[in-house]
Amino acid sequence: MTFTYEIEGGNFSRAGTASSDIKKALKQLDLDYTIIKRVVVSLYEAEVNIVAHARRGTLTADIDPDRIVMVLDDQGPGIPDIDAAMTAGFSTASSRVREMGFGAGMGLPNIKKNADSLNIQSTVGVGTRLEIVVNF
Amino acid sequence: MGENSILKIINTENLLLTFILNVDTMKIPLLMQLLEARLVCGDAENHRIIEHAFASDLMSDVLTLDACSPLLITGLSNVQTIRTAEMADIHTVLLARGKKATPEMIALAHQNDMVMLETPYSIFKTSGILYQHGVKPVY
Repeated sequence: MTFTYEIEGGNFSRAGTASSDIKKALKQLDLDYTIIKRVVVSLYEAEVNIVAHARRGTLTADIDPDRIVMVLDDQGPGIPDIDAAMTAGFSTASSRVREMGFGAGMGLPNIKKNADSLNIQSTVGVGTRLEIVVNF
Repeated sequence: MGENSILKIINTENLLLTFILNVDTMKIPLLMQLLEARLVCGDAENHRIIEHAFASDLMSDVLTLDACSPLLITGLSNVQTIRTAEMADIHTVLLARGKKATPEMIALAHQNDMVMLETPYSIFKTSGILYQHGVKPVY
Protein backbone atom coordinates (compact mmCIF):
# COMPACT_ATOMS: atom_id res chain seq x y z
CA MET A 1 0.00 0.00 0.00
CA THR A 2 1.46 3.36 -1.02
CA PHE A 3 0.27 6.82 0.01
CA THR A 4 1.52 10.06 -1.53
CA TYR A 5 0.74 13.61 -0.38
CA GLU A 6 1.80 17.09 -1.39
CA ILE A 7 2.65 19.32 1.56
CA GLU A 8 2.39 23.11 1.36
CA GLY A 9 5.00 25.16 3.21
CA GLY A 10 3.61 27.68 5.69
CA ASN A 11 0.08 26.29 5.72
CA PHE A 12 -0.39 25.37 9.37
CA SER A 13 -4.12 24.85 9.10
CA ARG A 14 -3.40 21.82 6.84
CA ALA A 15 -0.35 20.55 8.73
CA GLY A 16 -0.91 17.00 9.91
CA THR A 17 -3.64 16.01 7.48
CA ALA A 18 -1.38 13.46 5.76
CA SER A 19 -0.28 11.98 9.09
CA SER A 20 -3.92 11.81 10.14
CA ASP A 21 -4.84 9.86 6.98
CA ILE A 22 -2.01 7.40 7.48
CA LYS A 23 -2.97 6.93 11.12
CA LYS A 24 -6.48 5.95 10.03
CA ALA A 25 -5.06 3.46 7.49
CA LEU A 26 -2.74 1.90 10.10
CA LYS A 27 -5.61 1.46 12.54
CA GLN A 28 -7.28 -0.82 9.99
CA LEU A 29 -4.26 -3.16 10.06
CA ASP A 30 -4.67 -4.38 13.63
CA LEU A 31 -1.18 -3.17 14.59
CA ASP A 32 0.00 -2.67 18.14
CA TYR A 33 -1.04 0.71 19.58
CA THR A 34 2.56 1.67 20.41
CA ILE A 35 3.73 0.98 16.84
CA ILE A 36 0.99 3.19 15.39
CA LYS A 37 1.88 5.97 17.81
CA ARG A 38 5.59 5.77 16.92
CA VAL A 39 4.75 5.99 13.21
CA VAL A 40 2.32 8.89 13.44
CA VAL A 41 4.39 10.94 15.89
CA SER A 42 7.52 10.65 13.72
CA LEU A 43 5.54 11.35 10.55
CA TYR A 44 3.73 14.33 12.06
CA GLU A 45 7.00 15.84 13.31
CA ALA A 46 8.44 15.50 9.80
CA GLU A 47 5.30 16.93 8.18
CA VAL A 48 5.32 19.92 10.52
CA ASN A 49 9.02 20.46 9.72
CA ILE A 50 8.17 20.85 6.02
CA VAL A 51 5.31 23.25 6.78
CA ALA A 52 7.55 25.21 9.16
CA HIS A 53 10.71 25.43 7.07
CA ALA A 54 10.18 24.56 3.41
CA ARG A 55 8.30 25.99 0.42
CA ARG A 56 6.70 22.65 -0.41
CA GLY A 57 7.29 18.94 -0.07
CA THR A 58 6.16 15.44 -0.89
CA LEU A 59 5.40 12.63 1.53
CA THR A 60 5.39 9.01 0.37
CA ALA A 61 4.53 6.18 2.74
CA ASP A 62 4.95 2.53 1.73
CA ILE A 63 3.23 0.10 4.05
CA ASP A 64 4.55 -3.47 3.85
CA PRO A 65 3.52 -6.45 5.96
CA ASP A 66 6.53 -5.99 8.22
CA ARG A 67 7.33 -2.26 8.15
CA ILE A 68 6.45 1.24 6.96
CA VAL A 69 8.91 3.35 4.97
CA MET A 70 8.17 7.09 4.92
CA VAL A 71 10.06 9.42 2.61
CA LEU A 72 9.67 13.20 2.93
CA ASP A 73 11.31 15.32 0.25
CA ASP A 74 11.15 19.08 0.49
CA GLN A 75 12.18 22.12 -1.48
CA GLY A 76 13.50 24.49 1.10
CA PRO A 77 16.54 26.01 2.76
CA GLY A 78 18.20 22.68 3.59
CA ILE A 79 20.06 21.91 6.80
CA PRO A 80 23.63 23.29 6.96
CA ASP A 81 24.66 21.16 9.96
CA ILE A 82 22.70 17.93 10.39
CA ASP A 83 24.53 16.99 13.61
CA ALA A 84 23.50 20.31 15.17
CA ALA A 85 19.90 19.87 13.95
CA MET A 86 19.81 16.47 15.66
CA THR A 87 20.73 18.08 19.00
CA ALA A 88 17.73 18.56 21.28
CA GLY A 89 17.02 22.27 21.70
CA PHE A 90 18.73 23.42 18.49
CA SER A 91 16.23 25.37 16.38
CA THR A 92 16.08 27.82 13.50
CA ALA A 93 12.28 28.15 13.64
CA SER A 94 10.58 31.49 13.15
CA SER A 95 8.48 33.19 15.82
CA ARG A 96 5.35 32.22 13.86
CA VAL A 97 6.28 28.53 14.11
CA ARG A 98 6.89 28.94 17.85
CA GLU A 99 3.49 30.57 18.25
CA MET A 100 1.99 27.37 16.83
CA GLY A 101 3.59 25.36 19.66
CA PHE A 102 6.57 24.04 17.71
CA GLY A 103 10.13 25.09 16.94
CA ALA A 104 11.69 24.00 20.22
CA GLY A 105 14.36 21.96 18.49
CA MET A 106 12.84 18.64 19.42
CA GLY A 107 11.43 17.44 16.09
CA LEU A 108 14.35 15.54 14.58
CA PRO A 109 15.47 14.02 17.92
CA ASN A 110 11.90 12.86 18.51
CA ILE A 111 11.72 11.32 15.03
CA LYS A 112 14.96 9.44 15.76
CA LYS A 113 13.56 8.26 19.10
CA ASN A 114 10.42 6.84 17.49
CA ALA A 115 11.93 5.40 14.31
CA ASP A 116 13.84 2.16 13.82
CA SER A 117 15.92 3.99 11.24
CA LEU A 118 16.26 7.61 10.17
CA ASN A 119 18.30 8.81 7.22
CA ILE A 120 18.70 12.53 6.46
CA GLN A 121 20.18 13.99 3.29
CA SER A 122 20.21 17.73 2.80
CA THR A 123 21.63 20.28 0.37
CA VAL A 124 21.67 23.91 1.47
CA GLY A 125 19.47 26.04 -0.77
CA VAL A 126 17.89 23.00 -2.42
CA GLY A 127 16.07 20.88 0.16
CA THR A 128 16.01 17.99 2.58
CA ARG A 129 15.12 14.31 2.28
CA LEU A 130 14.14 12.22 5.29
CA GLU A 131 13.68 8.46 5.15
CA ILE A 132 12.00 7.10 8.25
CA VAL A 133 11.46 3.38 8.82
CA VAL A 134 9.37 1.81 11.57
CA ASN A 135 9.26 -1.98 11.79
CA PHE A 136 6.00 -3.68 12.75
CA MET B 1 -15.44 15.08 76.46
CA GLY B 2 -12.03 16.71 76.94
CA GLU B 3 -10.37 19.16 74.55
CA ASN B 4 -7.84 16.54 73.39
CA SER B 5 -10.61 14.08 72.49
CA ILE B 6 -12.47 16.71 70.45
CA LEU B 7 -9.23 17.59 68.61
CA LYS B 8 -8.65 13.88 67.87
CA ILE B 9 -12.13 13.60 66.34
CA ILE B 10 -11.60 16.73 64.22
CA ASN B 11 -8.22 15.42 63.01
CA THR B 12 -9.72 12.02 62.17
CA GLU B 13 -12.50 13.70 60.19
CA ASN B 14 -9.93 15.82 58.33
CA LEU B 15 -7.91 12.71 57.48
CA LEU B 16 -11.03 10.97 56.24
CA LEU B 17 -11.98 14.03 54.16
CA THR B 18 -8.46 14.18 52.69
CA PHE B 19 -8.67 10.48 51.87
CA ILE B 20 -12.04 10.91 50.18
CA LEU B 21 -10.78 13.87 48.14
CA ASN B 22 -7.73 11.91 47.00
CA VAL B 23 -9.66 8.92 45.73
CA ASP B 24 -12.07 10.85 43.55
CA THR B 25 -12.62 9.26 40.20
CA MET B 26 -12.12 12.18 37.87
CA LYS B 27 -14.75 12.29 35.18
CA ILE B 28 -15.85 15.15 32.96
CA PRO B 29 -18.80 16.37 35.10
CA LEU B 30 -16.64 16.60 38.24
CA LEU B 31 -13.85 18.32 36.31
CA MET B 32 -16.34 20.87 34.99
CA GLN B 33 -17.64 21.53 38.47
CA LEU B 34 -14.19 21.92 40.04
CA LEU B 35 -12.79 24.16 37.31
CA GLU B 36 -15.91 26.12 36.31
CA ALA B 37 -15.21 24.60 32.91
CA ARG B 38 -17.41 24.82 29.85
CA LEU B 39 -17.79 21.88 27.48
CA VAL B 40 -17.25 22.94 23.86
CA CYS B 41 -17.03 19.52 22.20
CA GLY B 42 -17.96 15.97 23.13
CA ASP B 43 -20.25 14.34 25.64
CA ALA B 44 -20.23 15.63 29.23
CA GLU B 45 -21.66 12.36 30.45
CA ASN B 46 -19.07 10.13 28.84
CA HIS B 47 -17.57 7.65 31.26
CA ARG B 48 -13.93 8.27 30.43
CA ILE B 49 -11.85 8.44 33.61
CA ILE B 50 -9.02 10.96 33.74
CA GLU B 51 -6.13 9.33 35.56
CA HIS B 52 -3.21 11.43 34.29
CA ALA B 53 -2.75 14.99 33.06
CA PHE B 54 -0.01 16.89 31.27
CA ALA B 55 0.19 20.69 31.10
CA SER B 56 2.09 22.42 28.31
CA ASP B 57 1.84 25.16 25.72
CA LEU B 58 4.58 23.46 23.73
CA MET B 59 3.20 20.85 21.36
CA SER B 60 6.72 19.50 20.74
CA ASP B 61 6.72 18.43 24.41
CA VAL B 62 3.32 16.78 24.08
CA LEU B 63 4.64 14.68 21.18
CA THR B 64 7.41 13.25 23.35
CA LEU B 65 4.98 11.66 25.83
CA ASP B 66 4.95 7.89 26.10
CA ALA B 67 1.98 7.85 28.48
CA CYS B 68 -1.38 6.62 27.34
CA SER B 69 -4.10 9.26 26.86
CA PRO B 70 -3.50 11.92 29.53
CA LEU B 71 -5.70 15.00 29.81
CA LEU B 72 -3.92 17.83 27.98
CA ILE B 73 -4.09 21.17 29.81
CA THR B 74 -2.91 24.01 27.59
CA GLY B 75 -3.20 27.70 26.90
CA LEU B 76 -2.35 27.22 23.25
CA SER B 77 -5.50 27.62 21.24
CA ASN B 78 -5.02 26.77 17.58
CA VAL B 79 -5.80 23.87 15.28
CA GLN B 80 -2.38 22.30 15.84
CA THR B 81 -3.30 21.81 19.50
CA ILE B 82 -6.00 19.39 18.38
CA ARG B 83 -3.86 17.84 15.62
CA THR B 84 -1.13 17.18 18.17
CA ALA B 85 -3.64 15.64 20.56
CA GLU B 86 -4.84 13.38 17.74
CA MET B 87 -1.29 12.20 16.99
CA ALA B 88 -0.47 11.70 20.67
CA ASP B 89 -3.69 9.70 21.28
CA ILE B 90 -5.03 12.32 23.68
CA HIS B 91 -8.81 12.28 23.93
CA THR B 92 -9.49 15.17 26.30
CA VAL B 93 -8.18 18.72 25.87
CA LEU B 94 -8.71 21.49 28.41
CA LEU B 95 -8.02 25.07 27.33
CA ALA B 96 -6.96 27.12 30.35
CA ARG B 97 -6.39 30.85 31.03
CA GLY B 98 -9.75 31.68 29.48
CA LYS B 99 -8.62 30.69 25.97
CA LYS B 100 -11.41 29.97 23.52
CA ALA B 101 -11.63 27.15 21.01
CA THR B 102 -12.00 28.20 17.36
CA PRO B 103 -14.69 26.65 15.13
CA GLU B 104 -11.88 24.88 13.20
CA MET B 105 -10.58 23.33 16.44
CA ILE B 106 -14.06 22.22 17.48
CA ALA B 107 -14.69 20.62 14.08
CA LEU B 108 -11.41 18.69 14.20
CA ALA B 109 -11.98 17.63 17.82
CA HIS B 110 -15.45 16.42 16.86
CA GLN B 111 -14.04 14.39 13.93
CA ASN B 112 -11.67 12.68 16.35
CA ASP B 113 -14.29 11.98 19.00
CA MET B 114 -12.53 14.21 21.55
CA VAL B 115 -13.82 16.04 24.57
CA MET B 116 -12.76 19.69 24.68
CA LEU B 117 -13.34 22.11 27.52
CA GLU B 118 -12.51 25.69 28.46
CA THR B 119 -11.73 26.99 31.94
CA PRO B 120 -11.10 30.56 33.06
CA TYR B 121 -8.53 29.26 35.58
CA SER B 122 -4.77 29.49 35.03
CA ILE B 123 -2.79 26.37 34.20
CA PHE B 124 -1.23 26.49 37.69
CA LYS B 125 -4.59 26.66 39.48
CA THR B 126 -6.12 24.04 37.17
CA SER B 127 -3.24 21.64 37.73
CA GLY B 128 -3.29 22.20 41.48
CA ILE B 129 -6.99 21.46 41.80
CA LEU B 130 -6.80 18.34 39.66
CA TYR B 131 -3.72 17.07 41.54
CA GLN B 132 -5.51 17.66 44.84
CA HIS B 133 -8.34 15.48 43.55
CA GLY B 134 -6.18 12.53 42.61
CA VAL B 135 -5.23 13.18 38.98
CA LYS B 136 -1.63 12.04 38.58
CA PRO B 137 1.21 13.68 36.63
CA VAL B 138 2.60 11.86 33.59
CA TYR B 139 6.09 12.19 35.11
